[in-house]
Amino acid sequence: MPPTPDTTPGPPPTRASSDLDRLAELYRQMLLVRRVEEESARAYAEGKIGGFLHLYIGQEAVAVGALAALRPEDYVVTTYRDHGIALAKGMTPRALLAELFGKSTGCSRGLGGSMHMFDREHNMLGGYGIVGGHIPLAAGVAFASKYRADGRVTVCFFGEGAVSIGGFHEGLSLAALWKLPIVFICENNEYAMGTPLSRSMSVEDVSLKALGYGMDRDRFVVDDVLEVERRIGEAVKRAREESLPTLVEVRTYRFRGHSMSDPAKYRTPAELEERKQRDPLARARASLVQRGLDEQRVEALERSVEAEVADAVKFANESPEPTLADLEPTTYKGPFAY
Amino acid sequence: MARTLRFREALREAMIEEMDRDERVFLMGEEVGHYQGAYKVSEGMLDRFGDKRVVDTPIAESGFAGIGVGAAMVGLRPIIEFMTWNFSAVAFDQILNNAAKVRQMSGGQFECPIVFRGPNASARQVGSQHSHAMEHFYATVPGLKVVAPAFPADAKGLLKTAIRDDNPVLVMESETLYAVKGDVPDGEHLVELGRAHVVRPGRDVTLVAYSRMTHVALEAATDLEKEGVSAEVVDLRSLRPLDEGTIVASVERTHRLVVVHEGWPYGGVGAEIADRVQRLAFDALDAPILRVTTLDVPMPYSAKLEQACMPQRDRVIDAVRRTLARGTN
Ligand SMILES: Cc1ncc(C[n+]2csc(CCOP(=O)(O)OP(=O)(O)O)c2C)c(N)n1
Repeated sequence: MPPTPDTTPGPPPTRASSDLDRLAELYRQMLLVRRVEEESARAYAEGKIGGFLHLYIGQEAVAVGALAALRPEDYVVTTYRDHGIALAKGMTPRALLAELFGKSTGCSRGLGGSMHMFDREHNMLGGYGIVGGHIPLAAGVAFASKYRADGRVTVCFFGEGAVSIGGFHEGLSLAALWKLPIVFICENNEYAMGTPLSRSMSVEDVSLKALGYGMDRDRFVVDDVLEVERRIGEAVKRAREESLPTLVEVRTYRFRGHSMSDPAKYRTPAELEERKQRDPLARARASLVQRGLDEQRVEALERSVEAEVADAVKFANESPEPTLADLEPTTYKGPFAY
Repeated sequence: MARTLRFREALREAMIEEMDRDERVFLMGEEVGHYQGAYKVSEGMLDRFGDKRVVDTPIAESGFAGIGVGAAMVGLRPIIEFMTWNFSAVAFDQILNNAAKVRQMSGGQFECPIVFRGPNASARQVGSQHSHAMEHFYATVPGLKVVAPAFPADAKGLLKTAIRDDNPVLVMESETLYAVKGDVPDGEHLVELGRAHVVRPGRDVTLVAYSRMTHVALEAATDLEKEGVSAEVVDLRSLRPLDEGTIVASVERTHRLVVVHEGWPYGGVGAEIADRVQRLAFDALDAPILRVTTLDVPMPYSAKLEQACMPQRDRVIDAVRRTLARGTN
């Protein structure tokens, strides 16, 4: 069982009828992430995707809920487990899958790959492969927003594995010292590769780390995507209106191994089954139907996601590969410094 | 017209001028503000620009190097000062994995117009952990540019150009040069990256050096003159991009090459130059290329041993004699 959150949740939000449309949209995004990830797994098995592939299956409600609380001009920085976050920030499935397939039509022209999803148009500032290394960088993005007073908020995601490395502490320390408009979201999925929480942290409550920096914190279990949006929304508001950082620990779970090569033998099938019973994606669907969206409309929405994913896979398959000529100009701006 | 400035004043002028002309430029680092700079390079800048643009940091190199990279990606132009380059070791990941890579990882969507600067290589008896010549590590990384001026005018001109460059540029200064005086041209003074400078013409041998070692090479050349040996001294100024054209042209005139730099002999800038010259000017060479470097040990504290480890005028002269005699290492 996930732990009981130690922060008392606020009163249940009043559910206006527009909430239903909102939930339908968030469900669509979550399903899109799920389906893109499933297709990625398939393509990986077919040898169309190489290298590391870290799937987001099980965690969709985090990215979709959190980024629903943002404005388009807000910035997002994350780890190598970045597909769901890139999609939720607005990257097209075409650009994402083409990147995974190593094609020149990918978001990063096929030069970044699974772990490095960047989309300038949507202010998606990348996935990064060195655990914790992107956390000071994200603080720097927020520093720039404060410097220019541009009113933007930066959201930085990382796993609980990053909490033990220096970059996490230096990033939080400086963000708190300089009161930067940033929300740090620790996606605590209970495992860092094969290492469970109990073997990596002396204090299991990640959010407590905020106290040492005098930073606001929040902590909750991810079941309901709307609740994610609401809770992260509070932190985003604090960043935007008061220029204050927040550390939010969300408890979530990944249904797949750490990456494609991980059979996840460190957890029991029973544990996995139990978590799948609480799948926020299934919950969002059930909630939609229960609140009165008729089944046919749900299915129509699902068919549109299917079509979008199929189109993206086809696009990625048919796109050309980058060439050697792409390398020099992407290494330096201007003449190559040899 | 020119004025005589100390090296640190030239660097300061560069930063002040660039901060005056571009709001996006700011200086960040340990003790850069209230303390007026650990080596007084930024003296007076806090008063002039305020703490928004002259930002004192806690001791968190990885943190503030990363802050700089993130800020640069979204349009600011940070100057990140390392109290010394030695401490950049704990920020190496930010420079190697973020600053140097973000352009390619993003398929060219994001740039990182940032300057990292500070004193590099040996000071005086500061021991093994504070005497590193870090440029060798960084110059090997595609995506970075590395400069190492020897004179105040170049310090100013290169730093100004570095600040305007849209790529990460690492400026290697030297604690032992900060008080050195030199003429600096009045008005806007920019020095292009990737241009070496023949600071002393000669006929018999080429000495290639940079930063403080340019001064050592010049001293050696003066002494060699007395023996009737005419040494040409090429001050690299820029390590990446490297001005191989100027080096090769010099070797084609002198037919002999000795590279002088701080830092260890295994790999490094000198080895890179030796590789290029043997490829590009093989037929011009009358003797093997020699390198005069720091000895292959951690830098000792003992004053005598430190001097013995560092490239000195006498070792340069000895190398020149050997190359003239066609001897080898
Ligand atoms: C500095 C560093 N050390 C080790 C690794 C190898 N590594 C990649 S992911 C990972 C586990 C990280 O787990 P967590 O932060 O919880 O994130 P999750 O994968 O669960 O999303 C490790 C050890 C790395 N990428 N970077």
